[in-house]
Amino acid sequence: MDAMPKWADMLLVPLISLLLAMVISALVILGIGEDPWAALKLMVQGSFGSTYGWGYTLFYATNFIFTGLAFAVASHAAMFNIGSEGQATLGGLGVALVCLALPWPHWTVALVAAMAGGALFGAAWAFLPAWLAARRGSHIVITTIMFNFIGLAVLNYMLVNVMRPEGSMDPASAKFPDSTNLPSLHDILALVGIPFSKTAPANVAFLVALVACVLVWLLLWRTRFGFELRAFGKSESAAVYAGISPTKIIVVAMLISGGLSGLMAVNNVMGEAERLVLNSVEGAGFIGIAVALMGRNHPLGVLLAAILFGFLYQGGAELALWTSIPRELIVVIQGLVILFTGALDNMVRMPIERFFLWRRRNAQAGE
Amino acid sequence: MDTFSTLIQVLDSTLRLATPLLLACLAGLFSERSGIFDIGLEAKMLVSAFFSAAFAYTTGSVWIGLMAGVAASIVFAGIHGIASITFRGNQLISGVALNFLASGMTVLIAQSWFHQGGRTPSLMGGARFEGVELPFAIGPTEAAETGRPLNPLIAEAGPLQQLYSELISGHSILVYIALLAVPATWWVLYRTRFGLRLRAVGENPAAVDTAGISVVGLRYSSMIIVGVLCGLAGAYLATGLQAGFVKDMTAGRGYIALAALIFAKWRPWHALGACLLFGLLQALALRTDVVEALFPFKMPVQLLDSMPYILTVVILAGFVGKAIPPRAGGQPYVKER
Repeated sequence: MDAMPKWADMLLVPLISLLLAMVISALVILGIGEDPWAALKLMVQGSFGSTYGWGYTLFYATNFIFTGLAFAVASHAAMFNIGSEGQATLGGLGVALVCLALPWPHWTVALVAAMAGGALFGAAWAFLPAWLAARRGSHIVITTIMFNFIGLAVLNYMLVNVMRPEGSMDPASAKFPDSTNLPSLHDILALVGIPFSKTAPANVAFLVALVACVLVWLLLWRTRFGFELRAFGKSESAAVYAGISPTKIIVVAMLISGGLSGLMAVNNVMGEAERLVLNSVEGAGFIGIAVALMGRNHPLGVLLAAILFGFLYQGGAELALWTSIPRELIVVIQGLVILFTGALDNMVRMPIERFFLWRRRNAQAGE
Repeated sequence: MDTFSTLIQVLDSTLRLATPLLLACLAGLFSERSGIFDIGLEAKMLVSAFFSAAFAYTTGSVWIGLMAGVAASIVFAGIHGIASITFRGNQLISGVALNFLASGMTVLIAQSWFHQGGRTPSLMGGARFEGVELPFAIGPTEAAETGRPLNPLIAEAGPLQQLYSELISGHSILVYIALLAVPATWWVLYRTRFGLRLRAVGENPAAVDTAGISVVGLRYSSMIIVGVLCGLAGAYLATGLQAGFVKDMTAGRGYIALAALIFAKWRPWHALGACLLFGLLQALALRTDVVEALFPFKMPVQLLDSMPYILTVVILAGFVGKAIPPRAGGQPYVKER
């Protein structure tokens, strides 16, 4: 019997962890001589106070949904995919190559092709670490970290030596043709008569991310393969005994994970930048780890956690704009959230478990 | 410029670039040998780099800076210990979190302390580690005596003297400490009781516990050693190799050190070899003229940069000897159920 009810495990523990991270963040803000309450108000105002703020919050959230789902899928198969960063980098390359390859007639066609390109490149970048883990027993964490760095080098090489337009000094690809530009949330919501900020970068990729959430949920909890994947993640030996092939699970789970990471590029490369630049991922791959942890590896949780981190990102940018607090505050808060919700989980969990056990004992004694 | 002096220059910068890798790699070795994965080497180097530079600048003494850097690094190692030993959390996640924390915190504090866009002011004089002049070497003293610049003086000397003065002499004290740390690590791990227990706790903590030795105590002491070594590495970056702290100045060195650790298969002498190799690759990446002369085809600098990672994947693939990590690595130890 579990020590505590399910709702406490799913909601109470992460919320208390989050609260602790926030308290320490507030102390950090106090420490550098600023007012944490004013900072929080500014962050909320800047990220949810206008459709412009919402547009940025949802744009960042879209990135984090993809990388969060990527980490969650791998996690269910007991694979620690720390390589989203590299897979999303390569996904960007795939999207850019597709966008620049043909004169696409319409953005819908371009979007489908770019999604295929991004997912394919992302999955390809996850394949070798997965295969090495399954067949040669190489530690997936180390190989995916190494592939992050190799991926950056590949992108650097491609941008400097291959994709850079003639005469440009900037290590970036050419601008994508106009026919590949994705409609923003402004354009979509205008169809149903809702006014939305024209300049914010949130775009149709957000809807793609929502669909991805549903599909991942269906895959994990409503298909035979999803069952096998989760069974393998819970106990490898039991799964093998039930006739599940470890190689198949590891490789396919990592391919899906890498593909989801690669899909992120549809949002940041195709939807926003509309060209490929160096470091376009900006750490979203690592934030995916935090998002999946907070969201307890469930698509719905990932969605909510991604919006939370989108708020942190947009709020942090507003802080840097209007106060003397540098943008790096977000990185600190991010680190604290990962530390408390992930690594120090037991610090919060153990006292809560003890509390529920104590209450149950009291209830039994009272009968 | 003749080939010989170019070679010596490249080797000289190899040694300097290998030093932070070596210190961090040995730190990782202590950590992983005691059964704690540490992907947060980067974080500890970074906080140490910042605090050593900040204190060295404020006090004017590089030694006070060094102590501050090591102390900050030990604090971070302690947090990793609390998360992964006491609360039995996921060691990888703790490492990721600490990397973020260090990257953001250093810039945040630097900005509110020095107001120079997240960096420390440049260090000068006693706030930096100067080169140590070994006996009989041609160094700044000789240059001052003869009133001539140093470089031609060395170039005129015999090849052996050139080798000695340029490559072996004239480094900061931390370079020599790093080199001495290799035999010291070997001795501690393989010739002391503490080392035997440390290796045992990374392989089979239950057996160590049964023998009446504290698993928690051993693992925390390895965390302190990690803190000290990473602290030295970070301080060398900010006060020896460069003059001051800049944002994210470790630039992935913590991960290269991790790669070197696997390349060395968790052994101290091999770690020296691996770090020198990766240092050489970094040194070559800085000298494009040498690379062009060495290779008949055009070698992309990105390939050189990513060579340590590629080599590590090849080693991990197990086609060139198998890299087997300590058996209990990454698993928290639960005394009783």
